[in-house]
Amino acid sequence: MNKPNRLTVILALVTFAVGWYLGSDDKGMTITSSVGGSGYGGGYEQETQPIQDEGAVQPREQQGKTHVVNPGDSIQAAVEIAQPGDTIQVMPGTYSETVYIDKDDIHLVGVIVAGERATLDGRKTLNDAILYSGNDVIIENFKIIDYKGNGIMSQAGNNFEIRNNLIVDTGIYGIFPQLGKNGLIEHNVVSGIADAAIYVGMSDNIHVAYNEVFDSVAGIEIENSRHAIVEHNHTHNNTGGILAFITPGLPIKDTYDVIIRNNFILDNNTPNFGAPGSTVAGIPAGTGILIMAADDVVVEGNIISNHKTAGILITDHGNAANLTLDPESDPNADGAMILDNVMLNNGYDTIDEVKAFALTELHTGNIDIFQIGPTEGSCIINRHRYHTVGIDDFSECDFTNTDNIHNYLIAGGAERRVIKASERGEIAYLGVCTGCHAYAGRLIGPSVMEIQALYANRPEDMVKYINAPTPMRADYPEMPAQNYLDAETQLAVANYILQVGN
Amino acid sequence: MGRSVTYNGWCGLSKVARQLRWQIICGLTIVGSFFILEGEASQDRLQLSQTCPPSFSLSEDHRCLLRHRYQFYDSLQDSGIGGLKTALPDGRDGFRPEQIDLGRLLFFDPILSADHSLSCATCHNPKQGFSDGLGRSVGIRGQIQKRSAPSLWNSAFLSTFFWDARAQSLEEQALSPLFNDHEMGNTPDNLMSDLSSASNYQQLFDQAFPSDAQALSIANIITALSAFQSSLISLNSRYDHYAHGYQDALSDNEIAGLNVFRSFVARCSQCHTPPLFTNQQVAVIGTPEPEGLPRDVGAQETFDSKVLRGGFRVPSLRNIAQTAPYMHSGRFKSLREATEFYTGGRGHAVPEGEEMLLHWHISEPNLTAEEIDQLVDFMKTLSDESLTPKIPAQAPSGLPFKHREIFHEQT
Repeated sequence: MNKPNRLTVILALVTFAVGWYLGSDDKGMTITSSVGGSGYGGGYEQETQPIQDEGAVQPREQQGKTHVVNPGDSIQAAVEIAQPGDTIQVMPGTYSETVYIDKDDIHLVGVIVAGERATLDGRKTLNDAILYSGNDVIIENFKIIDYKGNGIMSQAGNNFEIRNNLIVDTGIYGIFPQLGKNGLIEHNVVSGIADAAIYVGMSDNIHVAYNEVFDSVAGIEIENSRHAIVEHNHTHNNTGGILAFITPGLPIKDTYDVIIRNNFILDNNTPNFGAPGSTVAGIPAGTGILIMAADDVVVEGNIISNHKTAGILITDHGNAANLTLDPESDPNADGAMILDNVMLNNGYDTIDEVKAFALTELHTGNIDIFQIGPTEGSCIINRHRYHTVGIDDFSECDFTNTDNIHNYLIAGGAERRVIKASERGEIAYLGVCTGCHAYAGRLIGPSVMEIQALYANRPEDMVKYINAPTPMRADYPEMPAQNYLDAETQLAVANYILQVGN
Repeated sequence: MGRSVTYNGWCGLSKVARQLRWQIICGLTIVGSFFILEGEASQDRLQLSQTCPPSFSLSEDHRCLLRHRYQFYDSLQDSGIGGLKTALPDGRDGFRPEQIDLGRLLFFDPILSADHSLSCATCHNPKQGFSDGLGRSVGIRGQIQKRSAPSLWNSAFLSTFFWDARAQSLEEQALSPLFNDHEMGNTPDNLMSDLSSASNYQQLFDQAFPSDAQALSIANIITALSAFQSSLISLNSRYDHYAHGYQDALSDNEIAGLNVFRSFVARCSQCHTPPLFTNQQVAVIGTPEPEGLPRDVGAQETFDSKVLRGGFRVPSLRNIAQTAPYMHSGRFKSLREATEFYTGGRGHAVPEGEEMLLHWHISEPNLTAEEIDQLVDFMKTLSDESLTPKIPAQAPSGLPFKHREIFHEQT
């Protein structure tokens, strides 16, 4: 904008006049003690969720085998022979590989001996250190360095624990669980990451605690996720400390019910080195906490110091740059709830956009809390303690703490679906067998009726045959082996076929 | 060899079949018990299949309900996206078997187009991955379209349709090509009149829609076409075998490809997310148009938003190896070329002066030639055409087929 905006000037004058008028009134501060006050009532299904103390992965009733990996061995080779229930112990030494776990209930544990860790070294040539898709996976005690993509990434694993890993310069994300439910990320030290050190993307029921994250663009990021708690972390010297936001254009559309509490959020002024076009590339250096379009975010008990842009920055999508259009995402940050925090020396050298908006409220100087864009249901206590801009619409919160919420992990883990053998048999029959076998009459293979006659009361023999079919009829094409079905499914489908009717 | 003599087996001995005279030839479908009995003489009554196609079970109220192995799993927020053992989005089902079968007959019958020169299968040919091998499809009177014909495999699971995401249901989608001047060029009146005068259709619609007084209607044509499309299930590829837990299903090289695919360096799986291999969103990736063609603005029109200029719906990669050439207007001839696009550098193909808000996952992955090969090898494991429906022996209208290289291959 080249010309000074006349409307802005008028608005500023009006604001000043109103402010002066209100200031001259004896409108006292509302001083609230956060000791012993009411607890947060808006959390997630608290009454139905018993406190979960064991973590996100249920303790095993029975331990499987333990596979020990020594330097020179391949970790992946151990994963391949491991069965659900097994533990893989990796001895100190350097391993240069990508480990992927596409099975359930595997514990991948580094062994630390006198400070020496099992080290995954990507040598800046490998993409990812650890990928997994299974449920009930634990990954702990590793040192992970010099990968190009991720330290630890999952797609769709439920019930996971990522603990006590030391992750340095692993590309775009240090720890990145995605599309999973019920996970614990704790006691990790992550640094030198080009996007987020810890990135929780499209996930539910996540607990991020006791981690140290630094020298990255984003420290800890909760994106398009729900029921997350970020607590007791130390996030420093990043571009932004802790982020809760909605990225438009993703298939899961919202972020809500996030508690950011009791973290040390210090000196996050590192110049932004995010990749052009990435969402984090828009974070202004010097942001303690960024809330963008996320709803019901509680900020409590954090020490937020020395951020040049702002201690807490709250924005809608409309005021953020370079976002795509997504009619299905609500662009506003509603229900921001700011309880007592220690905020020191923030917003001392803020960006022009923030300065300009602050001026409309005749605010100059430091900014602890900055809010822009439409917001509903937001609240704060003890607002007089901070330098604030844009929070006039915030009400007084009717609670002072979140002490009654221990965590959002799911006791007993995310629900596991129990599959009955009959169901397994029916689905394999319909989804696989009926492609070639009609109930009556030849399709590609013989009819189900013929098969029933052949294997009556002998399902085991049918299983044997489908694992390694041999030509039985000269004028029929050879049946491909169905050995990709697991043994349980094979027997289930054999039994199913023997009793199925038209 | 006559067109109708295509049968390599005997009839399914349903009650209906037993009642029919022997000279009626059974047109067995390739798939399951999904068959149609087709008379050699057109005055014989055509009988629509009363059993569901494979991957569907028949409910007590005579509806086909989709059953597949991904129903063993769940997905976050029921989104139908995730990793290997993740639920699919809810599939469209609940059609009567006769409706699915009628849809199949309509799909291959050129009677649906204004001048009877093309059928749905002309551009969505089962022999070509339910596409047509063309960069831009050819509509009525030889008109070249703006975009390629999307594959129809697994369209039961989609929530938006067309490259520009302008339709929200199979039904809405089916209307468009029928009555678009550039595609099949028909009008509702003309279509109704053609189908009413074709001797077979009245009774076929009566079979498929027994409770409708006026069974032959535009709405029921659309329902039948949607029913057929919803039956095109491809979920038994080698990738699926791996996903369900058989780790030997993929070679080391293919698994390396899977790992590149899901890595955050290449980021393929961020948009082509399993198990459908699309997240069903619109993405602006900035692929080039075929030489000399203007920029296709894509979803900008649908959403009336400049930030979606050049945006298209992320296509599923299932059976992708069957549907070259690639991208919305077929700029890339091979899967390898299409894959290489993503490592050419963010915005490398966006012309000077063209403003596009590129998707944040379009980055600089600097993939090696080996990694690109591995990605291509991995994508080829997403092929499964085992449940390809049978092409009818003949169109109920008696018109000659208008899709390529079908019959001799079948016989």
